[in-house]
Amino acid sequence: MSASDTARPSTAATFFAGVRSAYFSVFFLVLAGTYIGMGALAHGVGLSSWWLALSTILVWAAPAQLILISGLGSGASLIELAIAVSLSATRLFPMVVALLPLLRRPGTRLRDMLMPTHFTSISMWVESLRLLPKVPPERRIAFCNGLATGYMSTAVVFGFCGYYLAAGLPPMLSGALLFLTPLSFFLSTVRNSRTMIDKTALIIGLVLGPAFAFWKLPLDLMWTGIVGGTAAYVVHRVREASQQ
Amino acid sequence: MNAALWPYLILILVGVLPNEVWRLLGLVTARGLDEGSEIVLWSRAVATAILAGVIANLILFSAGELASVPLPVRVGAAVCALAGYFAIKRSVFAGVVAGEAALVLGSYLFVR
Repeated sequence: MSASDTARPSTAATFFAGVRSAYFSVFFLVLAGTYIGMGALAHGVGLSSWWLALSTILVWAAPAQLILISGLGSGASLIELAIAVSLSATRLFPMVVALLPLLRRPGTRLRDMLMPTHFTSISMWVESLRLLPKVPPERRIAFCNGLATGYMSTAVVFGFCGYYLAAGLPPMLSGALLFLTPLSFFLSTVRNSRTMIDKTALIIGLVLGPAFAFWKLPLDLMWTGIVGGTAAYVVHRVREASQQ
Repeated sequence: MNAALWPYLILILVGVLPNEVWRLLGLVTARGLDEGSEIVLWSRAVATAILAGVIANLILFSAGELASVPLPVRVGAAVCALAGYFAIKRSVFAGVVAGEAALVLGSYLFVR
């Protein structure tokens, strides 16, 4: 092996650096807590633990899983459920569009992007945007795949734990576990919002999201994104123009 | 059809496909875009605004056992989390611990 080969970490080493960074991030605890709650919910609804594990791997989006499992439990119509799941997933579109250009280099094949595309979720997206600038460009796909593998394995394992603990969870603990998701997403988004455009989008979104939901505006989250994101983008352009 | 496979068919048709279609649409749209392009900048702002909306809705319109915690306690706990985050070296972990402690304490003080 030449000196230039050893100067940079290998793809496998970067993958495991991603896995390790997942296990030592706050999202490890958050996913553990969230999926203990998800396991208890799946148990209550009468789905099998293997069904839950498969849904975690294939859906890989906690809000969509929550809608699906609680909907199947309440006997909602399958068409309505599919629409609700799809609406909750619209956020994945701009997330993938913002993430993939950070991973691509000249010569990157489309199939190399398939795993990071499927792995895109709030936790992976937030941590990737924070950590990727420190990762060499040619290793970023491996890092993202490692990071998401770490998170996904955590979610699957604790889903099983919650499933078999279900009967013994006190209500106060279930409530506290459900609170982990919004709290950690909130604080990690605050941490990631360093630029004016991110800060503006965050603040407008916090206000518009509940307002649109309260007014029962159809496609409320999509409009929150389009209105809030565009407003933040316009503020950013106006500031840039005024500084020149 | 085997009844044991029915939940798995529902999982694919009602859970996986309606969810994954947005990721694949993102994959197709992102082709050829570079990381500093205006569309990518705008997409990031849209994603951040949606994420903020999701967070606020989870706190204000809670589901499950969390709904039994009064709204002012939930909002107060989120504010405590933010205060904890800024007070303790911008640590997300410290903020989450502060928020959870405030939620449990608030529930005991105000629910009974």
